[in-house]
Amino acid sequence: MRGLRVRLWQAGLLLGFLLLWEWASRTGRIDPFFFSLPSAIAQRVWRWFATGEVYPHLYITTVEMLLAFALGTLLGVVFGLWLALAPAVAAVLDPYVKALNAIPRVVLAPIFTLWFGLGVLSKVALGVTLVFFVAFFNTYQGVKEVSPLVLQNARLLGAKPSHLLRHVYLPAAASWIFSSLRTSIGFAVIGAVVGEYLGSAAGLGYLIAQAEGVFDTTGVFAGMVVLMAFVLALDALVGTVERRLLVWRSKEREGGSA
Amino acid sequence: MASFLEFRQVTVAFGDYVAVEGVSLALAPGAFVSLVGPTGCGKSTLLNVAAGLLAPSRGEVLLEGRPLKGLNPVAGYLFQQDAILPWKTALDNVALPLVFRGVPWGEARERARVWLEKVGLGRFLRHYPHQLSGGMRKRVGLAQVLIAGPKLLLMDEPFSALDIQTRQLMENELLRLWQEDRKTVLFVTHDLEEAIALSDRVVVMSAGPRSRPIGDFPIPLPRPRDVAEIRLTPEFLRLHREIWELLRGEVLRAHAGA
Repeated sequence: MRGLRVRLWQAGLLLGFLLLWEWASRTGRIDPFFFSLPSAIAQRVWRWFATGEVYPHLYITTVEMLLAFALGTLLGVVFGLWLALAPAVAAVLDPYVKALNAIPRVVLAPIFTLWFGLGVLSKVALGVTLVFFVAFFNTYQGVKEVSPLVLQNARLLGAKPSHLLRHVYLPAAASWIFSSLRTSIGFAVIGAVVGEYLGSAAGLGYLIAQAEGVFDTTGVFAGMVVLMAFVLALDALVGTVERRLLVWRSKEREGGSA
Repeated sequence: MASFLEFRQVTVAFGDYVAVEGVSLALAPGAFVSLVGPTGCGKSTLLNVAAGLLAPSRGEVLLEGRPLKGLNPVAGYLFQQDAILPWKTALDNVALPLVFRGVPWGEARERARVWLEKVGLGRFLRHYPHQLSGGMRKRVGLAQVLIAGPKLLLMDEPFSALDIQTRQLMENELLRLWQEDRKTVLFVTHDLEEAIALSDRVVVMSAGPRSRPIGDFPIPLPRPRDVAEIRLTPEFLRLHREIWELLRGEVLRAHAGA
């Protein structure tokens, strides 16, 4: 049972780390004011959920994140397909894509706040600018790597452009798009939380910023824990969908298309 | 008899490299013609020209007396490497050419099932290509090409990657299917025995570059044939000796050039 042994080691590692942290904080080897205690963080998370005070924030962040994720991915895939299938357009737009991608997205947050206000929209916009490029580059790459032989064969068998898109390009790019989805989720959360952190009235980022404002490290860590669990859950969901949609891939050859 | 497919003074150059030069070759309807020659003699180039994947630099291809423009609409092309879609099951792969022609999926799958049974894969309908052996994938490819009802079958060393037993099995299978409705076949191989065993006519190409046909041998062996048994008949051996006489010089020249 190698799988079980690995699991046990993983659990042990986490437990050991938490115990060490708890012990160091309790015995004053690290300052609980700056580092808090795992037990206090767990208690705080528990209280948030028990009293229900975290739910409105969680809801806001979820909405922002999902909107950014969906919109960014959709735009990224559409533009990725378009530029990959129209090399002339790609040649023209190439420097602009590179230039836009070179902007550190966080500096856009103030601009988006000015444009879209303090609400959900400005966070979604920030998330989209992050998610878009991941989906875009992966889709572009995926389409570019379609086996020319498979493509020629499909054409000779009578495929029209719409057939090629549906039966050749998209499935071939699917493994790239899926790997981009898993990165995108993290980016969507970053967009939402950083946006909230920099200016908002609700959301987990707001919660963390508030806690930080009053030097409540327990609150900051508790916010981090909730975010982490949230992203892991979404990642697992995407993983399940991915396994279902990519059953055709052989085990030993991950991500290939030829 | 009017020829079904005719190369007229076809020259194909890739930049400065002239692959084939001044090729004139006419295929009678229903004829099984093999092109043999040393590696790099432009056999595949001629197939690509016949399929309409490649436009000749000079000369033209006539299809039933009319110049060929763009993709050849009546050609089925079986490539040397697998060109079936790895993300579709055997059944869907074979159904696809019908779907491209506007047949609904249900009916297309029904007809695909019949074809897969014809090539001996009735029990592997739901398998993905990576779950099939090399020989089975070739059968899927063959069924996929034949289901569209091509009048011209172009084959580029389709069985060269298979072991010798599977190969003879596939050759017999091909002859059996061909016997049913006698499509015109242009079969490219570097294996002279395979060429003689299958064909009505064997055309020998000179070593490249500037390759062209240098010998044209009718193969008057009786049909139906068994490719394994026919190799042992005196008539086969006589033909083999006669053609090899010519081919050997070209193979040596190709070697010296390479």
